[in-house]
Amino acid sequence: MNLTLKVWRQSGPDDDGRLVRYEIEDVSPDMSFLEMLDVLNERLILAGDDPVAFDHDCREGICGMCSMMIDGVAHGPQKNTTTCQLHMRHYNDGDTIVIEPWRARPFPVVKDLVVDRSAFDRIIQAGGFISVPAGSAPDAHATPVPKLDADSAFDAATCIGCGACVAACPNGSASLFTAAKITHLGLLPQGQPERGSRARAMVEQMDEEGFGGCTNTGECTAVCPKGIPLDTIARMNADYLRASRKSG
Amino acid sequence: MNYREGAPIKDTKAPEGPIEDRWEKRKFSARLVNPANKRKINVIVVGTGLAGGSAAATLGELGYKVKSFCYQDSPRRAHSIAAQGGINAAKNYRGDGDSIYRLFYDTVKGGDFRARESNVYRLAQVSVNIIDQAVAQGVPFAREYGGLLDTRSFGGAQVSRTFYARGQTGQQLLLGAYSALERQIAAGTVEMHTRHEMLELIVSDGRARGVVVRDMVTGEVETHLADAVVLATGGYGNVFFLSTNAKGCNTTAIWRAHQKGAVFANPCYTQIHPTCIPVSGDYQSKLTLMSESLRNDGRVWVPVKAGDPRPVAEIPEDERDYYLERIYPAFGNLVPRDIASRAAKNVCDEGRGVGPGGLGVYLDFADAIARLGRDAVEKKYGNLFEMYERITGEDPYTQPMRIYPAVHYTMGGLWVDYDLQSSIPGLFVIGEANFSDHGANRLGASALMQGLADGYFVLPTTIGDYLADAHRFDAIDDQQVAEAEIAVKNRIEKLLSVNGTRTADSFHRELGKLMWDYCGMERTEEGLRKALERIPELRAEFWRDVKVSGVNEELNQALERAGRVADFFDLAELMCLDALHRTESCGGHFRAESQDADGEALRDDEHFAYVAAWESTPEGPVLHKEDLEYEYVKMTQRSYK
Amino acid sequence: MTATIDRGKATEPVTQIPTRPRRSRRRVSSNSLKAVMAVSGAVLVFFLVAHMAGNLKIFAGAESFNGYAAWLREVGYPLLPHRGLLTILEAGLVVAVVAHMYSAIVLARRAAHARPVKYAAKVKSRANGYATRTMRWGGVIIFFFVIYHLLDMTFGVANPEGHAATPFARMVAGFEPARWYITVFYVISVVMVGLHLRHGLWSALQTLGLARRYPVLKASAAGLSALLTIGFLVVPLAITFGVVR
Repeated sequence: MNLTLKVWRQSGPDDDGRLVRYEIEDVSPDMSFLEMLDVLNERLILAGDDPVAFDHDCREGICGMCSMMIDGVAHGPQKNTTTCQLHMRHYNDGDTIVIEPWRARPFPVVKDLVVDRSAFDRIIQAGGFISVPAGSAPDAHATPVPKLDADSAFDAATCIGCGACVAACPNGSASLFTAAKITHLGLLPQGQPERGSRARAMVEQMDEEGFGGCTNTGECTAVCPKGIPLDTIARMNADYLRASRKSG
Repeated sequence: MNYREGAPIKDTKAPEGPIEDRWEKRKFSARLVNPANKRKINVIVVGTGLAGGSAAATLGELGYKVKSFCYQDSPRRAHSIAAQGGINAAKNYRGDGDSIYRLFYDTVKGGDFRARESNVYRLAQVSVNIIDQAVAQGVPFAREYGGLLDTRSFGGAQVSRTFYARGQTGQQLLLGAYSALERQIAAGTVEMHTRHEMLELIVSDGRARGVVVRDMVTGEVETHLADAVVLATGGYGNVFFLSTNAKGCNTTAIWRAHQKGAVFANPCYTQIHPTCIPVSGDYQSKLTLMSESLRNDGRVWVPVKAGDPRPVAEIPEDERDYYLERIYPAFGNLVPRDIASRAAKNVCDEGRGVGPGGLGVYLDFADAIARLGRDAVEKKYGNLFEMYERITGEDPYTQPMRIYPAVHYTMGGLWVDYDLQSSIPGLFVIGEANFSDHGANRLGASALMQGLADGYFVLPTTIGDYLADAHRFDAIDDQQVAEAEIAVKNRIEKLLSVNGTRTADSFHRELGKLMWDYCGMERTEEGLRKALERIPELRAEFWRDVKVSGVNEELNQALERAGRVADFFDLAELMCLDALHRTESCGGHFRAESQDADGEALRDDEHFAYVAAWESTPEGPVLHKEDLEYEYVKMTQRSYK
Repeated sequence: MTATIDRGKATEPVTQIPTRPRRSRRRVSSNSLKAVMAVSGAVLVFFLVAHMAGNLKIFAGAESFNGYAAWLREVGYPLLPHRGLLTILEAGLVVAVVAHMYSAIVLARRAAHARPVKYAAKVKSRANGYATRTMRWGGVIIFFFVIYHLLDMTFGVANPEGHAATPFARMVAGFEPARWYITVFYVISVVMVGLHLRHGLWSALQTLGLARRYPVLKASAAGLSALLTIGFLVVPLAITFGVVR
């Protein structure tokens, strides 16, 4: 099939950026979306042009590196799917596809479709961990964990940190990302001692980074490739308010 | 390519005595660094996967000044994250007869008697602590209703010792290490450099004293100095272009270190995973693994007739060849990875392969669905079936999956001693990047175990013994630093200036095909010689005709790729040489010339019970042999008939 | 495969955004502001329920309705001064409205700050939240409606009968058939309030961390908002269509 791509090109953080149109022919329906872009890039390199920069690594939907707004939807039209797992069979001959980077002030564009998501790392630094130096852990069976809690914690822990939630949120909020970690650790007995301080520190860091507030639109969970549920945000809110009340 | 044999190499760090006491002895004999001095000691850790992430975090906790580097935008993205199956540990929570000794035994045997006993025993000992550590960090392992950890048996093990977190064990363990690392970054003990790629090792006065890296956003070439350097940069499976590795995985860091004097052990040992989704076209950029557990219920077959064009439904039962069940009646579809892989290759070579290009075999669930019902199959494999459908557009409930082997893991890597120190003092190598624990073949669920054992428990102890002398190290030679930096800049300059007509990827694909054909699942003298002839030609062509667009001073993915491909050429050559010299078959290395009457791998313990450690010299490679002695596990030939 | 490259068909340039936002001033967290919105919103919901109940008394006749209005002014007397409780309630409402709006404005500004660049492609909602997307401009419409409504019914300034008339007379005059356009405006506004509540009700619980079982919660929120909407609409419609005169 033949496609028209409109790709955001921006040579660096100081460039204004623009959409550039490319015609691409003979796209196989079995290609993945990123393979389609690989093919475009090979052509661009040979033409002496600058290939489209985009983040990608594992290409099996788990590293969270790929990050594209495809026709106004984070990670494209297929639900619960990262860009790298999206395949071209979902498109038809003659389609026009608009590809843009994640948009949020805390995610500045580095180049083309590549954005800087280090704000996420700093949110984790604020408290997204359990403090346990190597070698100091008790036996793994010392604290049984109810299966349901372990399963819910796992559901939240599957977050891949791709940033689609921020990209899709009309408020540019990182609530789903932050809440996923707070929920994961807050549901486990090991996470209890730091539960309150963790929630406060992470929520405040989220603000500090310049992410917007949550207005419960649910756009985040709708595009989340791992389907992180919205009730994680309710848990985060509860933990945050409880911790704020306690320490004023 | 010729090589000569040098002096034997030997591990001098493993203590003598009963194997179960060796690690305890070494921990005691390793000198300690005074806490006040630790703050003055710099350690560089390259790579942030399970090994690198856990090592950087632990060294930071201990009080060292750590600099950590990764090429991704966040340390959380390292490819350990993609490991599906699980992690082995000799916890014996099931009371099913598991023990440290049994895990040790299984690993040595599984490695086809090409791993060091002391190292493997320590791995089995430490495995127990890993689970404790991970659970304390909040890794949500699967649990039973009683609240205790669930385990399963994996990869043919007869005990249930694999801990798992659904099909995302690697992700959960990595996020645990990542959170520990981020905690240290916040505490100021670790300085994180993301989107930085190591391009050179700095050796001064015979010691590893730093790295030259390129800031992948600005193109700036930076020098970072330290008292020790730890490489945790993973495997080199991407030399085959198509593999289950992430796109960015590369050999550059360890290859640069090899060029600077670190010897490279067993480069030819590659693990091929039998159940991957086959290639669908020449645009294919990577291969996706399907969990091995599928072979528990799926039946592998191909049509009896070569080139059978009929769709599955029209092939009657008696014209299907369930070849694994036929050849290996005892183990059937559950034969080990290398055997299943080679069998698939053989039937495809006979022209009986299915799917595009005839490179695939069926993995059929029709019987399982008939026997257990669709719901039961969905419960067990639902997520895998979904993934398969997403990628291929085919529904595995109604038609058989197509699978084909793919490169998955490289057992070879930089040679290290019991302390995980390479042949360059001060250069430590951990995780998949070293060669140490898996011998010629890695067992399922052992990679995660090794990465974390090295990073959390082994390296932080052994590196202290080296660093106890840090205050006596000579000042770093500015000349060496400048030369390393200039070498990096010249290389970049050269890549950008060729301005030829082919992209780095096209060369990489061609190299990968060559390696797959001649240094893949089955290796022959003839093929390897052909490859050794062709690789230098291709490399020359690369340096004459590669086209790299753009400039250095920007985010330039074409440049990054070209640099990595350049190193893959050199590595490929050494792999072929190693494969050629090892005329026996063992584990992941199958030489067609060395097989028994049934076509099974035939080891030659008399001549090849050694680690092949290659040194890079201006006159060509020099082979140093480390003899392997088995005091505890008796050498036997595997049999799965 | 070929790719033709066509440079220059660019969209409008966008303004440059700073790469690293840094604030030194410590602010109230967005989560705390959201909690303020939730609590003030809850106060307003309780008010609406009471207000609706009062309105419905109009079906019991002029005497009953005026009596209720008078009672509101006398309740608690002589313990409290004349109109005492009512004034306290009114003050509480004003505080709630101001807090609600202030938080909304600050949060909206932070959201706009967090998303300085719009997507070129039309962004498709994946969460099907029509009510959700009306919260901000819907809130503004409700604000103007409330001002008019106060002028009309409370102060009588915008009412044909004026401030001196009985509450019943003001109500009937306000929605008389000839003033159908007022009724239409009122209906639109009340529907807006309904939509606002539909999202606001469960959203408040979510913000306070009390949300569980979303399908039930969302259905209850929709049910309660529908009830309030209908409760508020029957009165003016009954007057406009002459059922109550």
